[in-house]
Amino acid sequence: MLRYILKKILLALPVLLGITLLDYALMCAAGSPIEMMTGPRMTEEAIALKAQTWGLDQPLWKQYLGWMGELLQGNLGYSYKSYQPVSAIIGDAIGPTLLLMGASMVVGLLIAIPAGIYSAVHRYKKRDYAVVTGSFLASSIPSFFLAMLLVYVFTVVLGWLPSSGMTTPGTGGDWLDVLRHMVMPVMVLAVFVAGSNIRYIRAAVLEILEKDYLRTAKAKGIGRRRVILSHGMRNALLPIVTVIGMQIPMLLGGSVVVEQVFSWPGLGLITMNAITSRDYPVIMGVCLLSAVLVLVSNLITDIVYALVDPTIEYGKGKR
Amino acid sequence: MKNTMLSRTVRRFCRHRLAVASLVIFTLIVLAAVLAPVIAPYSPTKPSGGFSKPPNAEHLLGTDKIGRDVLTRLLYATRISLLVGLMATLISTAIGVVLGLVSGYFGGWLDRLIMSITDMVMSFPYILLVLVAAAIFEPGMWTIILILGFVDWPGVCRLVRGNVLSLRETNFIKSDVTAGMSRGYILFREILPHTLSPVLVNATTVFAVSILDEAALSFLGQGVQSPTPSLGNLLGGAQSLTILTEKPWLWLPAGIVIILLVVCINFIGDALRDALDR
Repeated sequence: MLRYILKKILLALPVLLGITLLDYALMCAAGSPIEMMTGPRMTEEAIALKAQTWGLDQPLWKQYLGWMGELLQGNLGYSYKSYQPVSAIIGDAIGPTLLLMGASMVVGLLIAIPAGIYSAVHRYKKRDYAVVTGSFLASSIPSFFLAMLLVYVFTVVLGWLPSSGMTTPGTGGDWLDVLRHMVMPVMVLAVFVAGSNIRYIRAAVLEILEKDYLRTAKAKGIGRRRVILSHGMRNALLPIVTVIGMQIPMLLGGSVVVEQVFSWPGLGLITMNAITSRDYPVIMGVCLLSAVLVLVSNLITDIVYALVDPTIEYGKGKR
Repeated sequence: MKNTMLSRTVRRFCRHRLAVASLVIFTLIVLAAVLAPVIAPYSPTKPSGGFSKPPNAEHLLGTDKIGRDVLTRLLYATRISLLVGLMATLISTAIGVVLGLVSGYFGGWLDRLIMSITDMVMSFPYILLVLVAAAIFEPGMWTIILILGFVDWPGVCRLVRGNVLSLRETNFIKSDVTAGMSRGYILFREILPHTLSPVLVNATTVFAVSILDEAALSFLGQGVQSPTPSLGNLLGGAQSLTILTEKPWLWLPAGIVIILLVVCINFIGDALRDALDR
């Protein structure tokens, strides 16, 4: 098992390295940081001096290595706008985003898994078609449009829920207040998660329902509920784990839009602000972080997959 | 032979009543969008009436805050969004098919290289990559098309690669190799046609996703730029609470058109999957 995990980590390393390269190349393509910081009114000598102190007169590969060195010590550079360290800015924002993503994932799967199983068990009946059609609808609504509709209904018409931020300004912001602010963003993301997952789960369960061992279980007469829940579900868990792993990058992307609409103080909002003000160190920091996040979640998916699936050989991996 | 296959496909497709309805609606929307210059009552960029007027006899969907006709802008926006979706799908499918063919057929280090690039692009949060690219290059319609095209291909690439891997083991490809056919012939004349139907089905998904992505990007202000209308930036203009509450004609129609388009494309793709399944 340990060897299997180690191998997966080793396989992820080149990808990570590639991402840092890509990241750095993008940052270089964006232009010299000195121009960004000072504007055109600086003298030649001052620019040269600045370039020297920042090491910009070095060849590119040396700069890259230097940047990597700083990166390994946890230094992501400084924001062009607020001069705060990027790691501090990201550190403040990652909590709310993880909270949002985690809650949406849980709620989304709580809808998708039962719906997918229900749909598979009643396959090719009206109920099945209704669920599948519903999932198509859910995955076809642009998240920002759904968010606008929700704000219209729950904030404007009903006045039940706040439409922006994470806490009510002026109050301390206890967990109940945060919860109220979370309802709508989580709903939007959960609909997205459910919409894109119901069909996968349905297909996974359908495949298992046709297996011989399930027919055997049915023939034993232990009751439909037990057949599906204990024999079917255990085996359907495998493809579901993979699907969950695939959701992480999509959720991260989706949260950018949702955070923007609801002014949720997370990574997405920071990124959008950084993009509109061309604050490259922050953009690059967020990109790198999300890439790492996605790679780590892929790794965890692989490991969980190996744990759940008895047929995977830990030594070799299954690819 | 070919004819019977086509008719079988059509027959199977028609069994999905929702898909047939979707095809009709989709065709109508496309026609309206393509014919926009002919059927649109006003100019999409010039004011033609009072400011922010609710729907009335002259302006069926009202006017926006600088007096442009919303219906006209909606027609032109649909045109732009469809174009972005179509072009992005064509580009990404072309890239994905070629890379997938090469990767699956030649294997070895080339396969590993292409697959790790695929992993890299796939493991990047999609919207983020697109946003960063949009921030570095000038935002605009062609930028969006290129960005979406160059980001959307990993799915197709993996699909084609998997197909090629299994096709390579079939007898007819093996006999081609034995007969000494050229690689180009085997790849493009023998393998490609057999992997076309999953690619086509996948392309419908990419088309739908591209339309959604364009909308999201333009909504965030990083996509198609005003005054060129797109379904996303029509909605992006309605982010303020007063428009949301008091001027629903400014944002509801664009949202409904996006949903209709994407739902229809998804249903059509789903029915195609069934119909083309051998």
